[in-house]
Amino acid sequence: MNQPASAYFLEERHDPNETHTLSVLVQNEPGVLARVIGLFSGRGYNIESLTVSETESQKHLSRITIVTTGTPMVIQQIKHQLDRMIPVYRVVDMTLTGSSIERELAMVKVRGGGDHRVEALRLADAFRARVIDATTESFVFEITGNSSKISQFIDLMRPLGLVEVSRTGVAAITRGPEGM
Amino acid sequence: MTDKSHDPNQMTGAAMIVRALIDHGVQHVFGYPGGAVLPIYDEIFQQSEVEHILVRHEQGAGHAAEGYARSTGKPGVVLVTSGPGATNMVTPLTDALMDSIPLVCITGQVPTHLIGNDAFQECDTVGITRPATKHNWLVRDINDLAKVLHEAFYVATTGRPGPVLVDVPKDVQFATGTYHPPRKSDVHISYTPRVKGDATQIRKAVAMLANAKRPVIYSGGGVINSGPEASQLLRQLVEATGFPITSTLMGLGAYPASGANWLGMLGMHGTYEANMTMHDCDVMLCVGARFDDRITGRTDAFSPGSKKIHIDIDPSSINKNIRVDVPIIGDCGNVLGDLLQVFKAEAKKPDIKAWWQQIAQWRARNSLSYRKNNDIILPQYAIQRLFELTRGKDTYITTEVGQHQMWAAQFYGFEEPHRWMTSGGLGTMGYGLPAAVGVQVAHPDSLVIDIAGDASVQMTIQEMSTAVQFELPIKIFILNNQYMGMVRQWQQLLHGNRLSHSYSEALPDFVKLADAYGCVGLQATKPSDLDGAIKEMIAIKRPVLFDCRVAALENCFPMIPSGKAHNEMLLPEEATDEATAKAFSGGKALV
Ligand SMILES: Cc1ncc(C[n+]2csc(CCOP(=O)(O)OP(=O)(O)O)c2C)c(N)n1
Ligand SMILES: [Mg+2]
Repeated sequence: MNQPASAYFLEERHDPNETHTLSVLVQNEPGVLARVIGLFSGRGYNIESLTVSETESQKHLSRITIVTTGTPMVIQQIKHQLDRMIPVYRVVDMTLTGSSIERELAMVKVRGGGDHRVEALRLADAFRARVIDATTESFVFEITGNSSKISQFIDLMRPLGLVEVSRTGVAAITRGPEGM
Repeated sequence: MTDKSHDPNQMTGAAMIVRALIDHGVQHVFGYPGGAVLPIYDEIFQQSEVEHILVRHEQGAGHAAEGYARSTGKPGVVLVTSGPGATNMVTPLTDALMDSIPLVCITGQVPTHLIGNDAFQECDTVGITRPATKHNWLVRDINDLAKVLHEAFYVATTGRPGPVLVDVPKDVQFATGTYHPPRKSDVHISYTPRVKGDATQIRKAVAMLANAKRPVIYSGGGVINSGPEASQLLRQLVEATGFPITSTLMGLGAYPASGANWLGMLGMHGTYEANMTMHDCDVMLCVGARFDDRITGRTDAFSPGSKKIHIDIDPSSINKNIRVDVPIIGDCGNVLGDLLQVFKAEAKKPDIKAWWQQIAQWRARNSLSYRKNNDIILPQYAIQRLFELTRGKDTYITTEVGQHQMWAAQFYGFEEPHRWMTSGGLGTMGYGLPAAVGVQVAHPDSLVIDIAGDASVQMTIQEMSTAVQFELPIKIFILNNQYMGMVRQWQQLLHGNRLSHSYSEALPDFVKLADAYGCVGLQATKPSDLDGAIKEMIAIKRPVLFDCRVAALENCFPMIPSGKAHNEMLLPEEATDEATAKAFSGGKALV
């Protein structure tokens, strides 16, 4: 094995990456999001999507949904590292539960006239996107679904006059009667 | 409304801080004053239960508290001001985080209404220290202060211990509120470290141990952190199983160096027998260690044929670097107790005579040997003499970072836990001197020696003054090779012997320096002087700076070259220029 002279072993392992969605229940207190994000940046983990909002205001609980990629060992590390933070109650790997529902909401602004306008409306209908704002030369569509469906819709809007997109990031929940 | 003026629990934030320290049994605080902590200093002035040790630099306070904590098992407490006081604490906090040392650091902060305004001596202390602490708090409301202080002590000392920081704005220190003594509800209910190991996993582990042909126990700093009982249990387990045992740098002393089953330290500068045993074993029991890169060498060639059991209180230590077969989450002492009980009840000592014979062959290589010299003091010899001449005394050893640290680990035999303080994870030069100050504060009548390097010692040399002020008779034993020896070694081995900036130019005259500080300076230049000078050092009941002039170009062996496996160690007698060049041949050839 040839590596440049170094005090460290430089060769990386190349296990295949997986994408996982994690739900993290945290105490909603100052700095908690900074802790979570700092963990990801500090340890070099990926964040594909991050969604956070208070979910139980009386108990000051927030739910953070993180979509991340990494080798199975890294994913396990991420869960343990999150779990050991003081304000973290629980970490659930939604991908491993096998029965989670994931949704994202996007608002998509499209500008144009004539055939493009008609085509945009027709596609929006097929994707069950709603028109939430309209002018004579533009629409804002609201679309909900899993991330790939939203990406697909955005790609279709591109040639029809896509102006801008605002996406919420992924929210996830398990099917069935049990909570996390 | 009731009249609260006579309620003894009504007090200012500053008073609450001192009161909380007392309630947590704190006897010593290491600190340095400044504008944002003056109310707390005023409270300290007016009481006598907590003694304040004034350092000369906040980093010194942090490392002193680390030494204090490591040698007592109690949390070390630090009090520093906002801004530069807080930023100077970043190194010791990170050091304590890496080595799992319980510290409680209280920082002053600018008044709440000025936070965010770039006020004088303002910095984002909680932001800066977030990745350097186990947890930290900014207390904006006097009503939260007592609770946060109690939680801080709890978090620092439970689970995997670590440093915490409480940032208290000056107006909160002045404000009056109600104090309450520590109570359970002060702690986040989300914080529930696991202490007891899973019984099924323990059974599995015992079955594995009982059937082992080539076992090894690999223990680490977690055993020390768990408390003296854990070390006792570890010794009993070694006795009950008859297994060989090695340890990380952080774990030295948990099993006695004079014990029959002791293989010496493992890892990059560990013994040949320890590393070969790790490499060829069939069952590895890792207790309170974390498979870090100085231990494993090349991970894909690390102990390839073994089943691995890993006891750790921190789930994130499991499968981080090395995949293990039987993880057991829990406190080392607690799990060792259970494991030992099950082993004694259900298993018997496996016959591993053949394995011991193999180990005896590795031992016979005598990997710590070095050639003797009658004219120049060799650093290994100096440590050996220091060890022999302090043997049987009530001694604590701290170190700086470099070759001298590795030689201390190799040649000083530790018989008990909590006697060895070194910066393992962060490798902080400048740790040892202030750590010795902290150890001596906790153990005023013991012999406390900082085994130092000529470069490292200059990083926190100002703490000599602290030692003098507080009559702390620490001994600073400098292995003066006039080099940043460890850097020079790597440059020789890996960078074509181009010794870029690793020569200790313009060293101070350490004997005169000692004199200037009001302590005693000693020097030894010849092997024949050494014993006499060491004895003199031990006899002096004041701080001593000992300038031990050692061979300048000695290198630290054995050594696992980076990117190599445990069975590819370079032994001292083999470390000819040619063999070394070959072992390190990588992208850059040696010239
Ligand atoms: C604060 C800090 N800066 C830099 C280093 C990198 N470093 C590791 S060992 C070393 C040289 C130490 O020299 P000395 O204290 O004389 O010890 P020796 O190796 O000569 O025994 C250096 C610069 C470090 N560990 N810590
Ligand atoms: Mg040196």
